[in-house]
Amino acid sequence: MDNTVVSTGTEGKTWGGGSQPLKSSYGKMMMWFFIVSDALTFSGFLAAYGFSRFKFIDAWPIADEVFTHIPFYHEPAPMIYVAFMTFVLIMSSVTMVLAVDAGHEMKKAKVTFYMFLTIIGGLIFVGSQAWEWATFIKGDYGAIQTKGGNILQFGEYVEKDGEQLFKRVAIKDFAIEAAHDVREQHQRKNGIWFMNEGSLPSYTVDEVMHGLEANTNVLVRTQLINEDGEKTVLTREESLRQIKENGKSVVEGANLHVNEYGTPLFADFFFFITGFHGFHVFSGVVINIIIFFNVILGTYERRKNYEMVEKVGLYWHFVDLVWVFVFTFFYLV
Amino acid sequence: MADHAHKLEILRGLIKFKSNTQKIWGVLILLSIITAVEVLLGIYKPEWGRTVFLGMKALNWIFIVLTIVKAYYITWDFMHMRDETKALRRMVVWTAIFLICYLLWILLQEAGYIFEIYDKGYIKRDF
Repeated sequence: MDNTVVSTGTEGKTWGGGSQPLKSSYGKMMMWFFIVSDALTFSGFLAAYGFSRFKFIDAWPIADEVFTHIPFYHEPAPMIYVAFMTFVLIMSSVTMVLAVDAGHEMKKAKVTFYMFLTIIGGLIFVGSQAWEWATFIKGDYGAIQTKGGNILQFGEYVEKDGEQLFKRVAIKDFAIEAAHDVREQHQRKNGIWFMNEGSLPSYTVDEVMHGLEANTNVLVRTQLINEDGEKTVLTREESLRQIKENGKSVVEGANLHVNEYGTPLFADFFFFITGFHGFHVFSGVVINIIIFFNVILGTYERRKNYEMVEKVGLYWHFVDLVWVFVFTFFYLV
Repeated sequence: MADHAHKLEILRGLIKFKSNTQKIWGVLILLSIITAVEVLLGIYKPEWGRTVFLGMKALNWIFIVLTIVKAYYITWDFMHMRDETKALRRMVVWTAIFLICYLLWILLQEAGYIFEIYDKGYIKRDF
């Protein structure tokens, strides 16, 4: 650098950039400012989520009823899996900060080991998130969407320890299939070559209606939340009437257009915010891998400082920080 | 940071650690406890949590406060904000907090207004 920059005679003085009021290197400071702007981006998303939720405050899906799955375990168990994911991410944050600490002490082997653990933690987290998405997209009970776009779900009262509990019933458990399929999926090869449509639901509204008429114990549950913080369950007559008069389509699982758990906005925000966060985790893992190889190759050993590890560390902790908020606003509140 | 000096006390000096590594594990334990409390409250949802306080359920306020506490320890100890100069700290933290508070206030306020319109039919303005 000295050869290319004209000497001004002010080097080392305040005017020549000699004073460092923040006592922080250029790279680290820029990482901090990037984090501030990224934090504002995420806040924008979460605030938009809050906006939609407050707008439909009396009909928002209850997260505890949506995210209840654990791999290889078939009873509904809310919170457990996401708590595991949170712990994995916090743990990988810890190994990252241990790597930074080992870097300060110039211990190459230790930095390598902790960076490796951090990458593994990140991969477990991204994998868990992919699984969470897959279960959410697949859905579990199915529902009927009304003309007005509301979701009607099904369930029955069962007695448990002397208490009447409302237990959800899946559409496939009571719908009566018609003798022949009413409608076939429109495919390119059968129709106009440039038109096709997505997969059709397994049942039609009529089939669900017949099933509902045959099973007198099944009731409809609406999106509206009552004073007890639970979704409103309709009477038998009202259930039949709602499906007959307002039922428009059968919804199974969730995507960007429909969502069997409630308003489609919930699914949209879930995909967008956890997706954006998951993308951050993924890019964090990629950057961590690059730094990991640099550590192994001894780049920072020759440079005589491990500040690069510290900088990716800042990014990695930030990803953890964002997850703490996503966890609260999507799963807890 | 040229010198590798870390401030080794958390909770305003209530707990002092002997080394940076020890502090990291200490903070992990603290964060795990907070998360465990959150998860337990989230699963069992105690009855008292439903009392509405400042427009939101008490339980939700607890969750939000605990989240901010966690965010504080991640930033201060994992990201070493505790060891940065006051100027850098304020530049990063206050900028974000100020803008986020403004954004949240204005959006949630508007959302409440729209909910009222949906719920009550309309809000009269031409009187």
